[in-house]
Parts: sequence; structure tokens; C-alpha cells
Amino acid sequence: MLLPITFGLPPVSALIMLAGIYYGAQYGGSTTAILINLPGESSSVVTAIDGHQMARQGRAGAALATAALGSFFAGTVATFLLAVFAPPLADLALQFGPPEYFSLMVLGLVASVTLASGSVVKALAMIVLGLLLGLAGQDIYTGVPRFDFNVPDLADGFDFVALAMGMFGLGEIIRNLEDESQRSLVAAKVKSLMLTKDEFKAIIAPVLRGTVLGSFLGILPGGGAMLSSFAAYSIEKKISKTPGRFGKGAIEGVAGPESANNAGAQTSFIPMLTLGIPSNPVMALMIGALIIQGITPGPNVVTEKPDLFWGVIASMWIGNFMLVLLNLPLIGIWVRLLTVPYHILFPAIVAFCCIGVYSVNNNTFDVYTMALFGVLGYVLVKLDCEPAPLLLGFVIGPMLEEYLRRAMLISRGDASVFVTRPISAVLLFLAAAALVVVLLPSVQKTREEAFKE
Amino acid sequence: MGFIRNPKDVLSGLLFIALAVIFGLQTQQLAMGTAVRMGPGYFPLLLSVLMGIFGLIVLINGLRFEGDRTTSIAWRALILLTACTVFFGAAIRPLGFLPTLAITVFVSALASQKFRLTTALAITVVMVVFCWAVFILGLGLPLSLLGPACCRGSGRSPPSPCCCRSPSACRRCRR
Repeated sequence: MLLPITFGLPPVSALIMLAGIYYGAQYGGSTTAILINLPGESSSVVTAIDGHQMARQGRAGAALATAALGSFFAGTVATFLLAVFAPPLADLALQFGPPEYFSLMVLGLVASVTLASGSVVKALAMIVLGLLLGLAGQDIYTGVPRFDFNVPDLADGFDFVALAMGMFGLGEIIRNLEDESQRSLVAAKVKSLMLTKDEFKAIIAPVLRGTVLGSFLGILPGGGAMLSSFAAYSIEKKISKTPGRFGKGAIEGVAGPESANNAGAQTSFIPMLTLGIPSNPVMALMIGALIIQGITPGPNVVTEKPDLFWGVIASMWIGNFMLVLLNLPLIGIWVRLLTVPYHILFPAIVAFCCIGVYSVNNNTFDVYTMALFGVLGYVLVKLDCEPAPLLLGFVIGPMLEEYLRRAMLISRGDASVFVTRPISAVLLFLAAAALVVVLLPSVQKTREEAFKE
Repeated sequence: MGFIRNPKDVLSGLLFIALAVIFGLQTQQLAMGTAVRMGPGYFPLLLSVLMGIFGLIVLINGLRFEGDRTTSIAWRALILLTACTVFFGAAIRPLGFLPTLAITVFVSALASQKFRLTTALAITVVMVVFCWAVFILGLGLPLSLLGPACCRGSGRSPPSPCCCRSPSACRRCRR
């Protein structure tokens, strides 16, 4: 929602601000999850399970402090990892040819499917739809307009901001207005933020495990925060001596996933900053912001824009620190803000969407585009098709086509180039493997359970 | 519903197939090229075919497996919100920022089943003031507060900054 505000800022500040909002949301999501059982982000869904139970038992303060400390620790470690590993990875990325890039994007897209809840085939179809929408506009090689349906405004393709705000802003609002029965907001009182010694001991191991897990899963394309938190929760539950306590206010169930999602959120910057490939829809948004700022994300960012690269990394750590400082004292205010009823809130969101989309290009056509995608987004959500893969496809679409064309030019039309070059072959193999794994019946069952929780 | 076991899947399958056909037909006007030198139509056609196949799979799954029924559609929200977004696009230039925003916010507030006149008016006022402060004063967006359509009748010249695009309708621009 805040994307348009960043247009007026210099690139470094813009990216830092977006990054700040992103991991701020990761953290803020846990606050609401714990206090009112309303996860602000998909990745804090698991935090709500045990966190809210703790709050019910009057230990909201302890749960919040755990989330804050875990996030801070994980954030610090993951930022460090990012600083250490991103530059060498960018060097490696410079050796990538078009076939490798193509395969890597295929892997990223497939991996994102494995995370979408619901039908895998539908998610695949949504990606392809996103890719097609992304191709609209002038062809880069020949300048021929494509998919413009004879509308001159479509010569540059669909506007990214309009599409994203329509799908996620308007579409989501319409869906929320379907069922307005009051959500029970049991705002729990926050007593003491201090942890007892025993609690502190109990969270050290889960925080460490969560951090390691999240850091690795975050790097994988399509991985990121959500998968990390789900994985961390199930691991904590598995190795716990008393798995029965989970779901009834186990502090480990807050510490593990919270650390993991924060670590995952930070390390998911690695593929974006070094390869220019978004690993999740939020990263896709951020790439959109970078492109609007005139920066092409990719391996060259590290060498050509060192101030941007290191600025973001430094800001992450400071941001993490600030979040701990800011959030804990302000929790009372957040809770009060959250109790603003939705029917008062949503007209404001509609207005922000309209102004935001219009002001990007001062173009009324973009506002109509947003309305169109709002309707489409609502219809798709009604049909259990998740819009997130579509957005990812939309951003990747043009890149995917470009690299495919280049790869085919180099190989003189021989499609086997994708399997004969080693790195590309490995990446495609991973993509195929990921697809096979999600389609296995046993995995599908556990997946369904994981999303039900 | 007879042989339709999962209406959601059947509908989404049909939707994907329909979109694939639309996109596929569009690519027919484009040069295909060869695999070595792909024309603008090559990759899109490939994708359209792919989406058609996925759509078909979803459709068949919908016929084979039991699923949830579709739930009722929020027509009121759908229509009102779409309408006020389109209105915003259409009115922002001729009417100007303030009236357009006020109407957009008020109409969108109607979409809620919990609509009450007093709260809706209150939101409208708060939002107009807030947006004016943030977007015009704070961020300095180049939007005219009142558009040419508002000044024409009154004979007053439109307030600055005036950035309307139809100079013939606007006194300030005519100068």
C-alpha cells in the first residue's frame, strides 16, 4: 500500500523503507497474532497457535518478549549471513548465461507453487496467467504491441502497481466484506514483559534452531518466511519431550517459528539482490519498486550500487534493533489501533489504493486497470485460486521470455541446451523434483494439514 | 449438481481455458518466428497452450472429485467498490481531488452491511482532510484540488496548483 510513497525518495532510502516495512510486518504480524489471534502475515499464522494461548493464560508479555528476542537474534544472524554470502554469490551469478537464468526462474516459479495453499495445478495455471499478463505491451525485440486488445494505453503493458493493488487491495477488501460477522477481538492485557529464567532457558534452543532453518529456507527461491515458520513449528513439535503442550501455549512454539520467519525474511533478500529474481511476492513488489527507480536488480547491484547494497544490509540490522525498542513500549497503542472495526477502515484503504495508483503515472487508465484486476482478483479468490503466484509470474514473465530467446539464439534453436549445461540441468532437475514431491499423495496430505492448522 | 462434483474447480478450469483461448487467439496476429529467432508470438503461444492444459486438468479434477460449494458472492461490495474505483479514474481530472475523493470514500463506505450515515460521513471528512494533508501538503502530488468542472459554473478562477489538461475549460490555463 505504501509503494507510491517511495517514488519520491532516492533509491537507497526507497529500498530501505520498503525493506523496513517488510520485516516490520513480519514482526508486527506476530504482535497481533499473539494478542488478538489475528495473524497479520501468513508467516505468523503458526505464532498465533501457541502465542495467543499464552496470552489467554496471562502470559502475553512473555510471548511478545520471546517473539521480539527471537526475531532480533535471528535477524542479526541472517543479516550477517547476507553480508558474507551475497557478494560471492553475485560473482557466481555473473557467470550465469541465459540458460542458467531461465532454469533458475523456472525453479523459482515452481518452488513458489509448492507453497501456495490449495491445488497445485491451479497455482501453476495462475503462474502462467501471470506470465502472459506480464508479456503484454511492446515486444522488446521487434517493438510489436502484444495483447493490447487495441487499447493504446496498453502499449506499455499492464501497470504493476495497478495489478498488485487491484488483486491484493481491492480483491481482498471485497472478499472481506462478504462476511462481516464480528471477529471476536479478545485483546489480551499485557502484564510483564520479563521472561523467567526457566522460560529464557526454554527458548534458547528453539531460537537457534529456528534461525538456522530460516536462514537456509529463506535463500531458496520460493521459500522465505512462511515456509520457515511452518517448518520450524513442526520441528519444535517433533523434538519436544512434551508435544502435547503445543497448541496450548508452549513458549517453544512461539520462539522457533518467530526466529525462523525473521531469518527467512532477511535471507530471502539474497536471491533478489544478487540474481534479480524474486523469491516471493513481497520481493516481487520490491523488484517492481527498484525498476520504477530505474535500477535493474541483478548481480550488478552489488558492484555498481554498493551504497544501495550495503545500505540495505546495514539498515536491516538497525531496523531489527529499532523494532525491538519501538514495539515493546508501543504495544498498547497497536492493540487499540487494531480494534478499529473493518467497516471504518476499508474505505480508507480504497482511497489510498486509488490515489496511489493514479499518482504513479498520473494516468487514469491505471485506475481502471486496478478496478479490472480487483474484480478478477475477487473472482479468482472465490474459486480458491491464490493471487500470489500470479504476481510472481507477472514480474518474472518478461525476464523469462528474454532469457529463453537469448538461450535459444546461443544454442541455435537446440532446446537441449538447458539440460546439457550443468548448472542449468541441476536447477531444472530441482524444479522437477520439487514438483514431483508436492504431487506425491503422502506429501499432499501433510501439506493440507499444515495449512489447516 | 449432477456430474459436476466440484463447482469451484470446474469454473476455474473453464476460466483458465477461456483466458488461454483469448490470449492464444491474440497471438495469431503476431509473428511466430522460429525456435532460433523467436518472434513476438512464440513464447506467448507456448504459454497459452500450457495454461489451456492446466485449465483442462483443473476442469477434469472438478468433475472427478468432490469439493466445496461456491459461497455467495458479495455483489454489493463488488459492484460498489468497482464502481467507485472507476468513478475515481473518470472524475479525478474534471472534478479535482477533493470532491472525487469525498465521493469515492462515501460510496465505498456504502459497500459495508454495517453502513451508517453518520459514521460514513465522518470517515469521509476525516479521509479528505487526512489525504489532503498527506498527499498534497506532505508529498506535494500535482493534483488540482478542484477541477475545471467545478470552476466553470461559479466564474471563479480555479485554485492553484492548476494542472488540468483541458485548457479551454479552465480560466487559469487559458491565460
